[in-house]
Amino acid sequence: MPLPKLFNSYPKIKEIHISDRLFFHILQILALLVLAAFAALVLLIFLESIPALKKFGVSFFFNPEWDSWKEDFGALAMVWGTFISSILALLIAVPISIGVALFLNELAPVWLAKPLNFCLEMLAAIPSIVYGLWGLFVLAPIIRSPIQEFLGKYFSFLPFFKGPQYGIGMMSAAVVLAIMIIPTISSICKEVFRSIPSSHKEAVLGIGATKWEMLKTAVLTGGRAGIIGACIMGLGRALGETMAVTMVIGNKPSLSLSLFEPAQTMASILANQYAEADSALHLSSLTAVALALFIISLIVNSSSFILVWNTQKKFSRG
Amino acid sequence: MKTDTVLLQIKNLKAYFSSTLVLKDISLDVSTNKVVALIGPSGCGKSTFIRCLNRMHEETPEAHVQGEVILNKQNIYAPSADPVLIRRKVGMVFQKPNPFPGMSIFDNVALGLRLLGIRKRSVLEEKVHSSLVQAALWNEVKNILKRPGTSLSGGQQQRLCIARTLATTPSVILMDEPTSALDPVSTMRIEELIRHLVQTVTVVIVTHNMQQASRISDNTAFLLNGELVEYEKTSRLFTNPSDPRTEQYITGRFG
Repeated sequence: MPLPKLFNSYPKIKEIHISDRLFFHILQILALLVLAAFAALVLLIFLESIPALKKFGVSFFFNPEWDSWKEDFGALAMVWGTFISSILALLIAVPISIGVALFLNELAPVWLAKPLNFCLEMLAAIPSIVYGLWGLFVLAPIIRSPIQEFLGKYFSFLPFFKGPQYGIGMMSAAVVLAIMIIPTISSICKEVFRSIPSSHKEAVLGIGATKWEMLKTAVLTGGRAGIIGACIMGLGRALGETMAVTMVIGNKPSLSLSLFEPAQTMASILANQYAEADSALHLSSLTAVALALFIISLIVNSSSFILVWNTQKKFSRG
Repeated sequence: MKTDTVLLQIKNLKAYFSSTLVLKDISLDVSTNKVVALIGPSGCGKSTFIRCLNRMHEETPEAHVQGEVILNKQNIYAPSADPVLIRRKVGMVFQKPNPFPGMSIFDNVALGLRLLGIRKRSVLEEKVHSSLVQAALWNEVKNILKRPGTSLSGGQQQRLCIARTLATTPSVILMDEPTSALDPVSTMRIEELIRHLVQTVTVVIVTHNMQQASRISDNTAFLLNGELVEYEKTSRLFTNPSDPRTEQYITGRFG
């Protein structure tokens, strides 16, 4: 039997090499395109926002006014609205998400966990405009009455519950955001909890801990950094969420403490005004808001990635 | 065999993973202050067996147990039995040392006591001290009690896990191949410790190391494919086994 010919077709081997190298370079270019797109985006936002930043300076970020007639633009009300709505959303979503993740991972029987997991993932797949419509037509009327009616009647001495009953406003935005980030936070929490080795859980059970004590000691304490990472990931999502928030927040830049007043976020003002902005300064100011949003999201998301990665690495080392 | 007081009586124990039967009707008695070794090839059900003795088996999803395990005349599988209380009386040491991450040496030992509701610092200190002494670890850690438990060496971590178990004064300690992740010197220290501990507690130990079983145990059970093949005094089982399968296994013909 003749030996398989490996060495007598040198040119052909070289051809294979060339095609391999070609393939490598094509993929490399495609991968670098991502980087190029990212750089182009940053550059564009930065360049476009220069006129506004030149005109207003750093005080752009501390000026609560946003007046397109007087051409006096400041981002403070939007930064405020973004953070307050996102933090309120976190306050609502975090306990629910951790509870959901604990239940699905540690307590639920398989027949229940499977459909619930599916629903949770479906919740993440719903387009945000659908959330917005639901917020507008279902949630806002509920917030207006009975919730605001009740709180306004008995607790109106607190600044948080003052104001006319619109329904749409900070509170509606926060609730819609909360529902939208629950799938994000709980699915990352689930990953974090899953990465905790069962030996840690059994060690705690083995000395006579109840299920709750075990969850508290091994899962919640052991996964603390990861849980914080998941929350920050949720925060990142809430900060940038645009459509649903724009539909229910009322779109009025204000620094009100009231949870029921209309407000404005960085993302929602972009969605609202970009198409209608006619002066160059107005456009540039909007881009500067986008720049601020971009930088904040970058910081928030990268810190959450680092936290989640570290937790998973810690446990995979054992 | 001279008459010993029976501490743990296992009657017709069957363990399942979903519908797969992994322990087939096992009955054996464990006497007070003895070391019982479980030997057998991988997958024979040794670990599952001891995990049934503190109701840890049922923590695995879809796993369940039939039969009786009687500890001090009480069936731990009685409907009214509380697995949490049982695990305080039946301690467990795992294959890989697993100190609680992020907890100091002191807190690792004190956690079981804190779960019992003991808050008084002096009581905790006293108990942590005595447990660490009993686990032959005190002299090595007395000045570093605040350091994380995970900063110790593997052998020290395993002795820490033993001290942690001892803190709640169990009557039985289950050990699932406690030395398989350790070096020979650490292994020897743990073996000495087990011989010493058995003055106050009863030990059921799973081991894949037959020399270890013969060195430290009073009685040995040989398990094969979820069945109890032979349960005898260790000296007798290793010198004069009554079942041919036991003989084949201990002479290294399979497993």
